[in-house]
Amino acid sequence: MRLERRPYVPLAYAIVSPLAAVLAALLLAGALIAAAGVSPLAAYGEMLKGALGSRLAVTEMLARATPLILTGLAAAVAFRARLWNIGAEGQLYLGALVTAWAGHGFVSTLPPLLGIPLLMLLGMAAGALLLLGPTALRLGFGVDEVVTTLLLNFVAVLFVGLMVEGPLKDPMAFGWPASVPVASDLRLPDLIPRSRLHIGLLVAVGAALLVWLANARTVWGAESLAAGLSPRAAAFAGVSLPRTLLGTATLSGGLAGLAGAIEVLGSTGYVTTTLSPGFGYAGIVVAMLAGLHPAGVVAAAVFLATIFVGADAMSRATEVPSFIADVIMSLSLLSMIVALLLATHRLVR
Amino acid sequence: MTGALDLLLTASLWAAVLRIATPLIFGTLGALLCERAGVLNLGIEGIMTFGAMIGWLAVYQGADLWTGLLAAGLAGALFGLLHAWLTVPLGLSQHVSGLGITLFASSLSYYLYRLLVVVGESPPTIQPFRPLPIPGLSTIPFLGEVLFDQAAPTYLALATVAVLSYVLARTPLGLAIRMTGENPHAVEAQGLNPIRLRTGAVVAGSALMGVGGAFLTTVAFNSFFPYMVQGRGWICIALVVFSSWRPGKALLGALLFALFDAYQLRLQNAVPGVPYQLFLMAPYLLSILALVLVSRRARVPEALMAPYRRGER
Repeated sequence: MRLERRPYVPLAYAIVSPLAAVLAALLLAGALIAAAGVSPLAAYGEMLKGALGSRLAVTEMLARATPLILTGLAAAVAFRARLWNIGAEGQLYLGALVTAWAGHGFVSTLPPLLGIPLLMLLGMAAGALLLLGPTALRLGFGVDEVVTTLLLNFVAVLFVGLMVEGPLKDPMAFGWPASVPVASDLRLPDLIPRSRLHIGLLVAVGAALLVWLANARTVWGAESLAAGLSPRAAAFAGVSLPRTLLGTATLSGGLAGLAGAIEVLGSTGYVTTTLSPGFGYAGIVVAMLAGLHPAGVVAAAVFLATIFVGADAMSRATEVPSFIADVIMSLSLLSMIVALLLATHRLVR
Repeated sequence: MTGALDLLLTASLWAAVLRIATPLIFGTLGALLCERAGVLNLGIEGIMTFGAMIGWLAVYQGADLWTGLLAAGLAGALFGLLHAWLTVPLGLSQHVSGLGITLFASSLSYYLYRLLVVVGESPPTIQPFRPLPIPGLSTIPFLGEVLFDQAAPTYLALATVAVLSYVLARTPLGLAIRMTGENPHAVEAQGLNPIRLRTGAVVAGSALMGVGGAFLTTVAFNSFFPYMVQGRGWICIALVVFSSWRPGKALLGALLFALFDAYQLRLQNAVPGVPYQLFLMAPYLLSILALVLVSRRARVPEALMAPYRRGER
């Protein structure tokens, strides 16, 4: 018996495989919930109630999904070209830091219509720069970008720590190591009044649409796909690998940086070293669950946000630690890659 | 500045170097063994985390310290088996599977830990390994304190370097493992089974990673706390490249890295006024620099990350 690649994958398989993967993950995690002495059904019930059970819960969940859409897009764009950007966490932090710095400083006096887009662009530029370094090292010296982007995550968070305890320290924060706040005029308006949901969600969904368009309708989209499928064939067909990968890195790092900018502008108003509970790493899972498709990214981000917000509520109501959300996320990733294999291959004797 | 230089001559610094290097030695050897057989194992960060947790937990529940290390090794082997199954017979992306293992193993560690220890409680401590002076040798001035007054797992790490180095370079098994990483089809032609060799290497390598993680809780600290591995696994992956996939050079790399780490810790105290984050950043940046210096002429195992399917070229 061996696996043979299917000549074409029916759309139904592509849609069923993430659902099957998520179901498998929830079943496996259910065993761990039972180990905590709690009925899995009751726990998942609390989870759904906590994430979707009220207007407030839904807005919290969507606010959590916003950065996940962007980091998911960052991973999806990069993985499609087989650029292993595992550094979205660091890129997010750098984007957030630059946004807070400029939003308190030279951008703070600009009118919002000019200032907010400018801050987002600056955040994107910061994130992009942090990925362009490792990409250039791969192209120039053959340094594996997995390791360099992973290591830079630690450097970026330490750098944020350095800045918020030093030059960017907020003197009004009573010793709490937080950065100076962005000007209040530049904060993102609420999408729904009296909630924490801001218009960043629209920006994230808009970004997904733009990435979809870029993938499907531009030369860069075709070239980056070709570079991912087979770099040698792509080069033979006249695709410049350096140009394509640097372009991909700019977009991928930029999306992660934008996630940071939007967290600061929409959610907190300032930066701390605990701004992100692993949005960058979760983005990898979002992208894989989505099959790297932008529309799938939005759906997968909403799913993971439901798990994360729901798990917080569940751990308040039951004895189950909220780390169960991370377990469900990682199990979803592992079962997703098996499900994808089963969708794209068949067993032959 | 003389203070900063004098630090380099103290025996306590060099003893600390060997101590700090130990988990890196285990981890790097483990990753090296996997890669020599052709499998990149990015599960290392999570496997070390789980090893640290389960090693601590076993001892905290009343087991012997060595049983704790053994439990960590077995747990590492199990995660290795999962990674091997996904990447070797199924041939899935080693990058994605490895990252998945890291996310799974670390989140499972934190989940199990939180089941036992409630948020806000101080982490429960265990009685860690004590230094085990080697009779006669430990009284040699300087060298005795540096080399022969370490905790037992450190000696074990050094012995593992010698054993792995011998097995890889001088035994038929080692030759078969190396060949699997270079050209699995040639292994098949010899009547050996590349799938089994790769699986075995990943399982054994992951066991070493687990032991390396357990060193953190049973020697270096006396408790477990979330996020304690702090990228050591990723540094091991960088050290494998730095070592050109050779156990002896891996030891050297781990020692160099640890020297830098031990020195920066002491400099933090000796040179006040410099933000401590700069010192903490340095090891990560140093790893990147090392990769830049060696990557261009690195002799990567030819079939690293290439899945092997029988009868397919």
